[in-house]
Formats: sequence, C-alpha cells, structure tokens
Amino acid sequence: MFFPISGPHISPIYLVIVGFVIGILGGFFGVGGSFIAGPALRLVGLDWNFAVGTDLAHIVGKSVVAAKRHRALGNVDLRLGLVMAVGTIAGAEGGAQLIQMLKRAGNVNFVVSIVSIVVYLSISAFMLWESRKTLKSQRRRSSKAKVKGLTAKKKDKSAFGHVSRAIQRLKIWPMIALPTSGVKGISLWVILLVAFVGGLFSGFLGGGAGYIRMPSMVYVLGIPTHLAVGTDLFEIIISASYGTLSHAVKGNVDILIALVMHTGAAIGAQIGAISTQYFAGPKIRLAFVPLPLIGAAIVIYTLVSGHKL
Amino acid sequence: MTKETARTLRDFSIELAIYALLVVAYFFLVLHLLGDWLYQLESQHRYVYAGVAILLIIGQAVLLESLTTFLIRMIRGRSE
Repeated sequence: MFFPISGPHISPIYLVIVGFVIGILGGFFGVGGSFIAGPALRLVGLDWNFAVGTDLAHIVGKSVVAAKRHRALGNVDLRLGLVMAVGTIAGAEGGAQLIQMLKRAGNVNFVVSIVSIVVYLSISAFMLWESRKTLKSQRRRSSKAKVKGLTAKKKDKSAFGHVSRAIQRLKIWPMIALPTSGVKGISLWVILLVAFVGGLFSGFLGGGAGYIRMPSMVYVLGIPTHLAVGTDLFEIIISASYGTLSHAVKGNVDILIALVMHTGAAIGAQIGAISTQYFAGPKIRLAFVPLPLIGAAIVIYTLVSGHKL
Repeated sequence: MTKETARTLRDFSIELAIYALLVVAYFFLVLHLLGDWLYQLESQHRYVYAGVAILLIIGQAVLLESLTTFLIRMIRGRSE
C-alpha cells in the first residue's frame, strides 16, 4: 500500500500486526509503546521524523480505546489525569528544550543514550525487587487468611507503600483529594512534579514515557496499579494529542499510516485492558519489568552498532 | 481446555474474523478515498491538516471501540 504523505510502500498487514501488539501492551501496562513502534516503522523505511510523529498520532487513537475500556472498568481517575496532563505538557516542552541545548553542545546522542540506559535499567531493577518482595509478603499473608475475588485484586499492596504514605502526609498547599484512587489528600505540587518529570523524559527520550509515569504514580503518589494504568492512558490522550498537533504542523505525521496501525491497536488495546482484571497489581508490575529492558537493549544496540533503529 | 475457555476462544475468533472483513473494506473504501485529499491538505494547509489528523484518529478510535463492543455483545449474546 502506498502512503503518499510520507512516501513509502508498506504492507497494511504489517502495520495492523504492529498496532495489535502495541495495543495489547498499552491496554495492559498503560504505556504508549513507542519503543516498539518507532523501530518497527523505521524498519520499513519511514524517516525518523515521520516515525516519531506518526507513532504519537497512533498512540492517541489507541489510548482513547484503552482508556474508554478502563473507564468502564472503573480504572480512570479523571481529576488526577487532568492535573497530570498540565505537568506532562510543561515537562515535555522542558525536555525538548534540553535536547536543543545538547544539540548545540554537540553531544546529544551520547548523553540521551546513556541517560536512557541508566533510567530503563533502574526502573526494571527497582520494579523487579519491589513486586517480588510484595508478592512474597502477600503469599505469607494469604496462607493465614485467604482473600478471594476481583476487589481483592484491586486492593493494591506495595513493599514501597510507606514512602507513598509519607509523601501523602506532606502538607504543601494546595492539597487535593483523589477519592477515585483512594487518596484522602495529596499536595497538588507533588502530582505536578511527578507529571513534569514524566513529561521531561517524554520530551527528552521521545515517546509517551509511560514506563516512567506509571511506576511513579504507583510508588510516589500511592495510586493502585489498575488505576495508574487507566489514568495514565487517559492522560496520554491529552499529552499525545498535543504532541501530534505539534508534529503535524512541522510535517512529521502521516495520518494514513497511523489510521491503518490503529485498526490493529483498537482490538489489541481492548484485550490488554480487559486482561488487567485477571491480574493483581504486583503481578502487573512484575510483568512490566521486561519493557524498559527492551528499550535499554534497543538503545545499547544503536549506541554500539551506530545504526538508528 | 475448559468449556468456558473454548467458548471464549471461539467467540474471539468469530469477532476477529468479522472485524478483519470490516477493516479490509475500510482500507479500500475510506483510506483510498481520503488519501489524495489528505496529501493535498498536508502539503498546502498544514494547520488544517493537523486538526483533521487529530479528529480522524479520535473519531476512528471511538468508532472502532463501539464496533468491537457491539461485536462482543452480539456474539456473546447469541452463544448464551
């Protein structure tokens, strides 16, 4: 199939399959999946600028489907999502400025690669340690009193819970309540800071940075994993829409490719979102561990070989 | 494989088959017709293109979400 906007001939079946795989990951983990979509689009000859912009447009569509499904399952905190969107957009602009600064200094590729490898590996190591510790303590508890049912799965325990509780106790005005997430009060500045850092990485490393935002929502803000996944997807709709508009104006979006990819992603995202109901929070977090590792492997490959995937 | 799992897999296969047929029709009809118009828009009116792009992807998302939900309901409803 010929795509006149960006110029390449790409099999629509290939695009649908890529969209489907990313849709499942997005629906299940609340990530954009740009670490797969970017290289997958580059592989079939799309220029790097089009790969980034088109991926963002496809992320918007996929997140709408997955967030709608998560909302039906009660996994979206609208208030938290809207506040976070503000911080994310500001952070994304900051990240883009940082990239421009490094470009002028002439060492953007090396710095971005090293930072992303360190970040990806740290997230994986930390989540592996935390989710295994939580699962072990849950097994000990469940041998004493067995808890059954879907609501028990949504009652999310974390070995890092004491830190998020301490953060929630910080009384920095203005405080807001997040009843949907079960948070009685948390400083608005903490939420904005978490979103800003996520946005900063999004602007700095590319993609939606769900691999940073979803874990930070769980560990820093104390949001249950299912709600963190759903709310992250809702927030991605707003921030990725902003990114799509910005890239489309610069001529980096082939919307026809995004529309074709999205036909696969729409069904994948539904499967991913529904699947979260069958897994407890720590198990979702444990399954999340390989995702940043894939990202790290891609960056190491590009750094060593000199090929940009 | 339990009876329940087998039924879920069968429902899902039917849903995928119907969905695939609809998607193929969609490629040939909608994207084929929109291709040239979007190409012209992208090269001549970049700001309008940006707005249309966002509307198209969100519109398709809402449409496909409703379609898959309808298919799931229809197939599950018939097999019960």
